[in-house]
Amino acid sequence: MPIGITTYGVYIPRYRIRVEEIARVWGDDPNDIKKGLRVLEKSVPDRDEDTATIAVEAARSALRRSGLEGADIGAIYVGSESHPYAVKPTATIVAEAVRATPELMAADFEFACKAGTAAIQTCLGLVAADYIKYGMAIGADTSQGAPADALEYTAAAGGAAYVIGKNHVIAEIEDTFSFTTDTFDFWRREGQQYPKHGGRFTGEPGYFKHVLAGARGLLEKTHSTPEDFDYVVFHQPNGKFPRSVASTLGFSQDQLKQGLMVERLGNAYSGSALIGLASVLDVAEPGSRIFMTAFGSGAGSDSFTIQVTNEISKVQGLAPTVAELLEAPIYLDYALYAKHKNKIVL
Amino acid sequence: MREVAIVGIGCTKFGEMWDKSFRDLFIEAGLMALEDAQVSGAQIEALYGGNMSSGIFLEQEHVGALIADYSGLTANNVPSTRVEAACASGGLALRSGVIAVASGYHDVVISAGIEKMTDVGAEKAMDALAAAADREWEAAVGATFPGLYAMMARAHMYEFGTTREQLAQVAVKNHYHGSMNPRAQFRNKITIDTVVSSPLVADPLRLFDCSPITDGAAAVVLVPAARAKEFTDTPIYIKAAAQASDTITLHDRRSLTSIDATTVAADRAFKMAKLQRSKIDVAEVHDCFTIAEIMAIEDLGFFEKGAGGPATIAGETAIGGKIPINTSGGLKACGHPVGATGVKQAVEIVEQLRGDAGKRQVDGAEVGLTHNVGGTGGTVVVHILAR
Repeated sequence: MPIGITTYGVYIPRYRIRVEEIARVWGDDPNDIKKGLRVLEKSVPDRDEDTATIAVEAARSALRRSGLEGADIGAIYVGSESHPYAVKPTATIVAEAVRATPELMAADFEFACKAGTAAIQTCLGLVAADYIKYGMAIGADTSQGAPADALEYTAAAGGAAYVIGKNHVIAEIEDTFSFTTDTFDFWRREGQQYPKHGGRFTGEPGYFKHVLAGARGLLEKTHSTPEDFDYVVFHQPNGKFPRSVASTLGFSQDQLKQGLMVERLGNAYSGSALIGLASVLDVAEPGSRIFMTAFGSGAGSDSFTIQVTNEISKVQGLAPTVAELLEAPIYLDYALYAKHKNKIVL
Repeated sequence: MREVAIVGIGCTKFGEMWDKSFRDLFIEAGLMALEDAQVSGAQIEALYGGNMSSGIFLEQEHVGALIADYSGLTANNVPSTRVEAACASGGLALRSGVIAVASGYHDVVISAGIEKMTDVGAEKAMDALAAAADREWEAAVGATFPGLYAMMARAHMYEFGTTREQLAQVAVKNHYHGSMNPRAQFRNKITIDTVVSSPLVADPLRLFDCSPITDGAAAVVLVPAARAKEFTDTPIYIKAAAQASDTITLHDRRSLTSIDATTVAADRAFKMAKLQRSKIDVAEVHDCFTIAEIMAIEDLGFFEKGAGGPATIAGETAIGGKIPINTSGGLKACGHPVGATGVKQAVEIVEQLRGDAGKRQVDGAEVGLTHNVGGTGGTVVVHILAR
């Protein structure tokens, strides 16, 4: 019996800030930034939104799409690098909100931007072993970028929830492969408000090494080539990196387009690749094949080969699509952005 | 005083060498030079290492001993000396080795240069490099090297009518040369438009006017000229090793549009070598910024003051031109691991004079020059090399 995605849901806060506005404050040339990062704007959470509320919205959206109830879910794992509590799980907040408690496995995951896909892999294992019928994996973040740091142009907010099971599978997860090393490219220590990063070191030895090795590993393991897929999704910290790895691996920009949300969304960290995948599922035809590689600093990548089933057409449109969530943004100036992000300490 | 010859050269690939440490780099360059000269460790009598800022970049000082130790030279207790003159550290290490051999103190000497710059972020690297300026009068009040050279560029444009396109052509030419150098950090060809549309760093200098942050190491083996043939059939002789100092601050200089230490060091070198400037077939000059190459080719006396820009546009400094400048790609395209640059320049000239420079070979090159600048011109080292 195929195992895979039985439903999914996405949430993106409605607020945005444009590159021009951040550049205005710090005296950068917005055209240089837009050309360098290939990002136009990013999502910003409201003052009372955090990883927990975003995860709850995404989880509710996933359940609404499927007709599943909270009680059907046997495990909830929430991946994020901005869990509201250092000690106290986000997963329990989500579980209570969707009425999945109390007979439930639950925990929070952290692996920089790929904790959500690590949660998917965990659910796959539990479902395959018949420990649970359905497992919910969530990747959500209200990511942090220090004022005036290059990260401030991209660090965005958003999340996606995926239910993994064997019944009513809308997209079969055929195989998965991970590539992991200990690499100091990006980190945030206990008690620090903002992450630190190794500048250009986050590129070649971080993102590119792990994404390329992970993607090549899975292509090799599954004896496939880029031509075997209709869509490809990569972790998208900016618009440049995913385009570059796509062309290095031999994927076309056409295969990449539907899952590349970063220009208008920014980098939603743990939600980044998962929101890209959701955008693909929003429009994918039965039989479509998807290749996805998520990346997390620290560092590692999780790759997946996915085949969309006939069930997909029954659920498309039953919950907000990524395109709908990106519509009608409310633009903030830097002052309101600073208030939304709690950068103003009273 | 004895004449000195280079009988072995070694140079690592330049670039962001994420998987190579400071130690890996100097061992790699050193071994290449020893193999090239067919010299064994036991024959080495002294070692001079040019390095600007291992203290800030790696929090490691005492690198003279470190180099000797990791090169396996502690068994003979080889004297190993670190030499520092900011971006001219490499040139100074070479000159120190030359003096040691010329004086008769030592026969077989290694002069090396190394910098490992990418273990820190851009901000810390900028701060390390700013230490080459006067910390009290320049760096502490906000002057950075792009800012200081931008002032020189502005003044040069005002005084001589040097244009934005002429500056850009220096980078275009050096990327073209770098495209033929397997060890260059950047091997992509660019256009004037690439330069003038790149992000502004310090007006009028843009990103492609500036040399990059680079890891790399280079080494040469020096012996008395009289013994050179014991080691190689193609020794390259050091005809002059000249050095000059000037004020460390830019604002105390006589001129913003000339680096006087370059002129003085060049005069001393040509006098020492008993050569006319017209005899130079190929030169590696210190193009930390595009304006620096234009000033260098004027101050070295290859072109009249103010004629550097037009000569560059006219192709006179490209391979095939009147005097090919920076066939390695220069600091701009080959990369600028600050302590290594001065030695890399000598490696490039040795390859040219040996006829081993491949696609970037200057036909019939017999005499070459290297020009290595510390800071904005507080130290300048000029070497003249000949077949």
